[in-house]
Amino acid sequence: MGFFLETFLGGLMTGLLYALIGLGFVLIFKASGVFNFAQGAMVLVAALAMARFSGWATEALGSMVLGNVLAFLMSVAFMIAVAIVIERLVLRHLVNQELTTLLMATLGITYVLDGLGQMVFGSSVYTIDVGMPKEPLFLFEGVFEGGMLINPDDLIAAGVAATLVATLALLFQYTKVGRALRAVADDHQAAQSVGIPLGRIWVVVWAVAGIVALVAGIVWGSKLGVQFSLSTVALRALPVVILGGLTSVPGAIIGGLIIGVGEKVSEVYLGPFVGGGIEVWFAYVLALVFLLFRPEGLFGEKHIDRV
Amino acid sequence: MFYRENGQFKASYVEDQRIFKVQQDRVAIIAIVAIAALLVPMLASDYLLRALLIPFLILSLAAIGLNILVGYCGQISLGTGAFMAVGAYAAWNLGVRVPETPLLLQILAGGACATAIGVLFGIPSLRLRGLYLAVSTLAAQFFLDWAFLRIPALTNYSTSGSVSVGSLSFFGLPVESAAQKYLFCLGFVVVFAVIAKNLVRSGTGRQWMAIRDMDIAAGVIGIRPAYAKLTAFAVSSFIVGVAGALWGFVHLGAWEPLAFGLDRSFQLLFMIIIGGLGSIAGSFFGAAFIVLLPIVLTNVPELFGLPLSVDTAAHLEHVVFGALIVIFLIAEPHGLARLWSIGREKLRLWPFPY
Amino acid sequence: MNDMTQTLETPVAGRERIGGVILDLQNISLRFGGVKALTDISFDVREHEIRSIIGPNGAGKSSMLNVINGVYHPQEGRILFRGALREKMEPQVAAAQGIARTFQNIALFKGMTVLDNIMTGRNLKMKCNLFQHALFWGAAQKEEIAHRIKVEEVIDFLEIQSIRNTPVGRLPYGLQKRVELGRALAAEPELLLLDEPMAGMNVEEKQDMCRFILDVNDEYGTTIVLIEHDMGVVMDISDRVVVLDYGKKIGDGAPDEVKNNPDVIAAYLGTSH
Repeated sequence: MGFFLETFLGGLMTGLLYALIGLGFVLIFKASGVFNFAQGAMVLVAALAMARFSGWATEALGSMVLGNVLAFLMSVAFMIAVAIVIERLVLRHLVNQELTTLLMATLGITYVLDGLGQMVFGSSVYTIDVGMPKEPLFLFEGVFEGGMLINPDDLIAAGVAATLVATLALLFQYTKVGRALRAVADDHQAAQSVGIPLGRIWVVVWAVAGIVALVAGIVWGSKLGVQFSLSTVALRALPVVILGGLTSVPGAIIGGLIIGVGEKVSEVYLGPFVGGGIEVWFAYVLALVFLLFRPEGLFGEKHIDRV
Repeated sequence: MFYRENGQFKASYVEDQRIFKVQQDRVAIIAIVAIAALLVPMLASDYLLRALLIPFLILSLAAIGLNILVGYCGQISLGTGAFMAVGAYAAWNLGVRVPETPLLLQILAGGACATAIGVLFGIPSLRLRGLYLAVSTLAAQFFLDWAFLRIPALTNYSTSGSVSVGSLSFFGLPVESAAQKYLFCLGFVVVFAVIAKNLVRSGTGRQWMAIRDMDIAAGVIGIRPAYAKLTAFAVSSFIVGVAGALWGFVHLGAWEPLAFGLDRSFQLLFMIIIGGLGSIAGSFFGAAFIVLLPIVLTNVPELFGLPLSVDTAAHLEHVVFGALIVIFLIAEPHGLARLWSIGREKLRLWPFPY
Repeated sequence: MNDMTQTLETPVAGRERIGGVILDLQNISLRFGGVKALTDISFDVREHEIRSIIGPNGAGKSSMLNVINGVYHPQEGRILFRGALREKMEPQVAAAQGIARTFQNIALFKGMTVLDNIMTGRNLKMKCNLFQHALFWGAAQKEEIAHRIKVEEVIDFLEIQSIRNTPVGRLPYGLQKRVELGRALAAEPELLLLDEPMAGMNVEEKQDMCRFILDVNDEYGTTIVLIEHDMGVVMDISDRVVVLDYGKKIGDGAPDEVKNNPDVIAAYLGTSH
């Protein structure tokens, strides 16, 4: 029982991180109709930036806390710059293009970001140390035998993720920018015609997605180290949004949790029978099977073809 | 003799259906195939054949396969690498389990297995579109990668799916030297390029393109979307599977699942975007481009006395590929093939442009 | 104007050609979620006639066509085509039964040439399989040529010879509409559904289109169901007109009857109470 709960909770934690990456996907999809394959590359680049900046800043300022704060701000600025460049050079020229064209364009962006990020920041494995406690905690020792093993950094990460998700959801629903975002998502041209500056909205969205990527990058990076594989972690989060529905913020969160838990539980209980490592595809197959029955995802909008 | 069709009247529909409608084109293509088949193997160095021409041919073949699915039928696929892997491992398995199977049959059987798997993973396309389909093909990629790594039965219990093939022969003729391997691949490429071209200019191709351009309208004029999509998956996977088998058997000789990973899938997709979606010739252009670019990128800076480290060169390659994809999608969505045909149009009018 | 005067005569002269009921729609209701697109609509279409559906925007005209050729499936009602009760079916089955159509917003295959677009209309009549196509030389080529001849007839009929090899995406609106008609005609349909074939056209283009529609009806005896907003055209060329408003049928009959129907006038002009 303790072991199952542990697995379950571990899954939830991973799930929240998936949700964080999924959130980046959803944000951009909602606002620009672009399915941003580059979200993973953005996580990588953001994490690389953070790792290197924090190294330099900590050395320069002599304080880890100050250094990390400064590095975080620098990374945020960096991600905003990335968003501006992407809007100027790519999105602006692809307004109203087909979904698949945009999808392939983001594949191109992925390659550019992966390559440039590693050229600029280096391609060895870096660490991000934001001072998260590493000592594992034991919970519920009184409730059942052996208790449960929990990593406090997981808990903190989960807290951060949950806060971010809640903030974004509120932002989307209740602010002027949020309303403009939803208008743009509905129809580019119509939004433009009522005076919403499309370009600026896109920069905002990509910047926000970049910051979400940064947070995800810091959390993942401090757990696993910053390296190229971060870019592919995001691919693992892709089924999350498929499951949750591409346009739904709550969908991304619930999808993330389902997949996080499903992945862990299936790996532990099913993996040994088939040679292990099934977590690389489990989420995909789950999402796929689900799609066949409900193509619009859990919370997505149903699409009616008009002719 | 100017390059133009003036005076080349088409008196019958047969003539209007020709693949190369201008006589000079027909002459040129015959010349190219003749040079490729006769002169190149005699003159080219082993290095040129092994490092450039053989990969170019096999990747062209795979790109033709993928182009049928993506460029003609409009079904995006990010799992091409995995379907190549199916072709390679299936062909290898047949060779190991039934050693007396001829090489040709092994490779074709590889294609057939890839077809079966391709159709299986193509079934979601009947319900899903666009990026949802992309996700379902990614599922194929990840699942198959895993399967070849972790299911020992699929790789005859070799560790982590790494396998190798012995000496090759084609009905008694050895396929050993670089020139022989090159010719072997060339044969496949020519045959499948012709088959692919025939398909896309006939009823099947029109069905694919109708589905690509507007699937509801296609249904209304009586095209069965399921049939059209699944045949595209089948034909595409077959060609891709054959290319995979050639890649493993002829080019690599020994390989592990990583050789057919996600990167391979992306690379092929990039090839057809750069080369030209919906163009058989574009598949060749794209493959040539992808094979040549790394060589240019490592050699050009050296010429200027700025040798790049291996790492930097690899990253630079990424950046250049990515940037080119974006540039092509923005500026010329039909890729190099379109540039080529614009050039030809110009040439057709030259030197009297009015 | 010569065209128009001719067109006035044709339906009157052709009236004795009109045969029995070919398509019978009984109590059709169609809903999308809570929205009622069509409510309890019944009408029939007789062989060889030009049957128009009119009504204000949003009246459910296009939905009606979508029901007839299987794009939408009505929740209630029965459809009899050639006397046989029709089960729920996909559009491609309707196509196989000889129902072709054009769309309100042109639905051509943008990346293909005019010739290829019209060739797709022959799709159901072509019998070669994948393997024959792969070989091309032989059966597939022979078939291709046989159908090419038919397609060239359609191209001649619609007077679009000069744009044969142009990708349709590059053509102006009026010509695209014509090509779309060509694609439908290439299927040699028994029942042709035309969804606003003249929308957005100038007078000459409209006259051309009228002429094509009447010629098709005349020469091939094709039954036509037409949606059109131009009342002049509708009243001139239709044999019978059905009027929809808010998904309900409010009028049905010969053009003159419909024109004087108070409900129809109310729907178009509004009533003062």
